Amino acid sequence: MTIAAGKYTCVVEIGGIPVSLSTDSASFRDLLCQRYSGFLSSSRAECELDFQLTEQGTISDDDVRVRREGRQWWIERGDFRAHWDPDSGRGWVKQTPNPYSLDSVLRILHSLILAARGGFLLHAASAVCDGRAYLFSGVSGAGKTTMTRLAPSGISLLTDEISYVRPGAGGYWAYGTPFAGELAKSGENCTAPVSALFFLEKGPENRTDEISSAEAVRGLMRNILFFADDRGLVEKLLATACDFVAGVPIRRLTFYPDPRVWDTIRSFAGEPAHV
Amino acid sequence: MSETYIARSSAIAARMLAGEMMVMNSMDSTFFTLNEVATAIWQAADGRTPLREIVRNRVCEQFDVDPEQAQTDAQEFVAELSTHGILLVSDHPLASEAP
Repeated sequence: MTIAAGKYTCVVEIGGIPVSLSTDSASFRDLLCQRYSGFLSSSRAECELDFQLTEQGTISDDDVRVRREGRQWWIERGDFRAHWDPDSGRGWVKQTPNPYSLDSVLRILHSLILAARGGFLLHAASAVCDGRAYLFSGVSGAGKTTMTRLAPSGISLLTDEISYVRPGAGGYWAYGTPFAGELAKSGENCTAPVSALFFLEKGPENRTDEISSAEAVRGLMRNILFFADDRGLVEKLLATACDFVAGVPIRRLTFYPDPRVWDTIRSFAGEPAHV
Repeated sequence: MSETYIARSSAIAARMLAGEMMVMNSMDSTFFTLNEVATAIWQAADGRTPLREIVRNRVCEQFDVDPEQAQTDAQEFVAELSTHGILLVSDHPLASEAP
């Protein structure tokens, strides 16, 4: 963390993208450092966000509004207002000093950056097992947090809520995120190549079933986080989803919530790719 | 008999994968998968060619279908996609919104 030109600054690196967060408030900087303690970085920032703290504004579950004017992005919700310029890599956020708004802004910022780079944030738990990353996607209650709770020792939890996926050497890679769900625990700051994506469904036994390409794309698009009703963005994400489905095995995982489900995951390694 | 003209909406993202056309409306995130016949109609929806001509030239010539049934199916398909804003429908030629 540094103090530059009267600003308190720290760099938070999620998904290999270092973002500088600056503020006039030392206590808010401390909140940032505490919130993202496993993801602080000394790397040179690719992007910069300046936080301007306000007294007014209520934390809100209202739908976020993300709109583009030319090349500029505007992001608004009851509790924050933000501007992002992808060309300069700079933006600002006006919000009250609370961590919930902060998380939302960072998730949206990363979703916009990732979309342009062929990646995405996904409603999914993810974990690294034997050097391979596995994603477990589904709506609330599908079992994302349950899967992470059932994970045996030796498995690195990347997240129980929001998975970070971007293209890398040889395919797609998953990264740990600080965005936690019910587990209320930050993921580990590590990365691994994605070996499979499972759509979760609870049932009386553990089994994996193949699904069609169309069903895989539909499921993926339903669970990718994107906020803007912007045709260019949707087009880019659909292309990314199709590319992901063409290259990564995707299955429906019906599971009974006990630790043996991880034997099914382990035995899946090495199966042929999606057909 | 009045003609029906169809054009693709500009709010749509579409992608072909494994022989199927994936179509998504960016306004409400509705998602459709089109079969081969529907894809042929979708691709021909230029706003200038009457639906009847699309069915005759693009559907009946390429697929083994009954012409009357094909016309009925095409009208149902067009009606469904238009309710989701994916296709624009008019009784006069349209400027296609899609690039």
